[in-house]
Amino acid sequence: MLLQTLLPLAESLPVSDPELMVEETHGLEIGQHFYWHLGQLDLHGQIFLSSWILIGALLSIVVVGTRRMGRRPAGLQNLLEFLWDYIRNLSREQIGEAAYRDWMPFIGTLFLFIFFCNWGGALVPWRLVRLPSGELGAPTGDINTTVALALLVSLAYFYAGLSRKGLRYFEYYVEPTPIMLPFKIVEDFTKPLSLSFRLFGNIMADELTVSVLVLLLPLFVPLPMMFLGLFTSAIQALIFATLAAYYIGEAVHEEHA
Amino acid sequence: MISWLPLAEAPVPEGGLFDFDATLPLMAIQVVILTFILNKLFFQPVGKVVEEREGFVATSHKGAKERLAQVQRLEQDLKAQLQKARQDAQVVITAAEDEVATLHQAALAEAKAEANKQREQARASIEADCSKADAVLVEESRRLADLIIERLVAI
Repeated sequence: MLLQTLLPLAESLPVSDPELMVEETHGLEIGQHFYWHLGQLDLHGQIFLSSWILIGALLSIVVVGTRRMGRRPAGLQNLLEFLWDYIRNLSREQIGEAAYRDWMPFIGTLFLFIFFCNWGGALVPWRLVRLPSGELGAPTGDINTTVALALLVSLAYFYAGLSRKGLRYFEYYVEPTPIMLPFKIVEDFTKPLSLSFRLFGNIMADELTVSVLVLLLPLFVPLPMMFLGLFTSAIQALIFATLAAYYIGEAVHEEHA
Repeated sequence: MISWLPLAEAPVPEGGLFDFDATLPLMAIQVVILTFILNKLFFQPVGKVVEEREGFVATSHKGAKERLAQVQRLEQDLKAQLQKARQDAQVVITAAEDEVATLHQAALAEAKAEANKQREQARASIEADCSKADAVLVEESRRLADLIIERLVAI
């Protein structure tokens, strides 16, 4: 069904250079983007297109699943409740009983968004849609997306710490001893860096491996790698959400010394 | 259809894997908006349903526990009552048995006494008859002896 909705879109997209098209659809494309221009700003259009489609899918599942909810769950409500429970346990374990309620939607959105992007990138046959430049794929395979998410996490844990403890939040930097101060400051930079590059690297590398294998041996051989990719994708979403929750938990944690 | 490609007007950026541009802040804003939408559409309603159910289960469980405790209390009570009733019945049975035994003894003793009395009477009457018969016999024999003597004398 998704294909049917995508195909007209593919046809309606303006194609500037047919020769380039042929070459691109059969070759590897690394670091090519489908640029949109918004005033002076450049945007990666393919990232937004695929993310809107995937967000649309996520929201439609949520809307359909929450339409008739009852005490006795049926159909999609089971799935949504399972997800909700999973996210609640994740955030409660990492953030703690006191503050997890405030942060559960954020952690859950990170998890669901990254999970949908990763799996959507692997499962939806994006190649059927031809863009003049670049190609549709997992939005998390673009460094902009992962850095955006990682910076949001950084903002989130700073905000969480400051709003909960005020300036006492900065005691965290000198605990347990002031020797830790430089390390903790460096940590504030390495946290978003590692978060974004881990996700970007995994998804990017997975897509690249599969593309190379497809290019070399299009039948059956890439399948194990694709399955591995699905596995990594799910794990990466979980890791990102867990680490985000852990950082927030660390920021709101009260020392009872 | 909107033309997405005013490519001719603007210089095309070079691209590359690490091509940072306005995608980053817009994606961040998009994720923040998604967070608010999902909070309204997903986390709040599902959370409400799940927590309501958890509350329902907890209260039902508590109610069931209370009822179970009440049942156990009633059972204890009834058991105690049953025990008491059994003891009472036992007492009544024992009393009745005692009474019956006493009555039996009394009746037996009375009957024995009556029998003894009748035997004594019978013996007494038999003895009286015997002595009467003795006396008659003695009288008869004396008369016979007299007769014999008269006859002998007469001869």
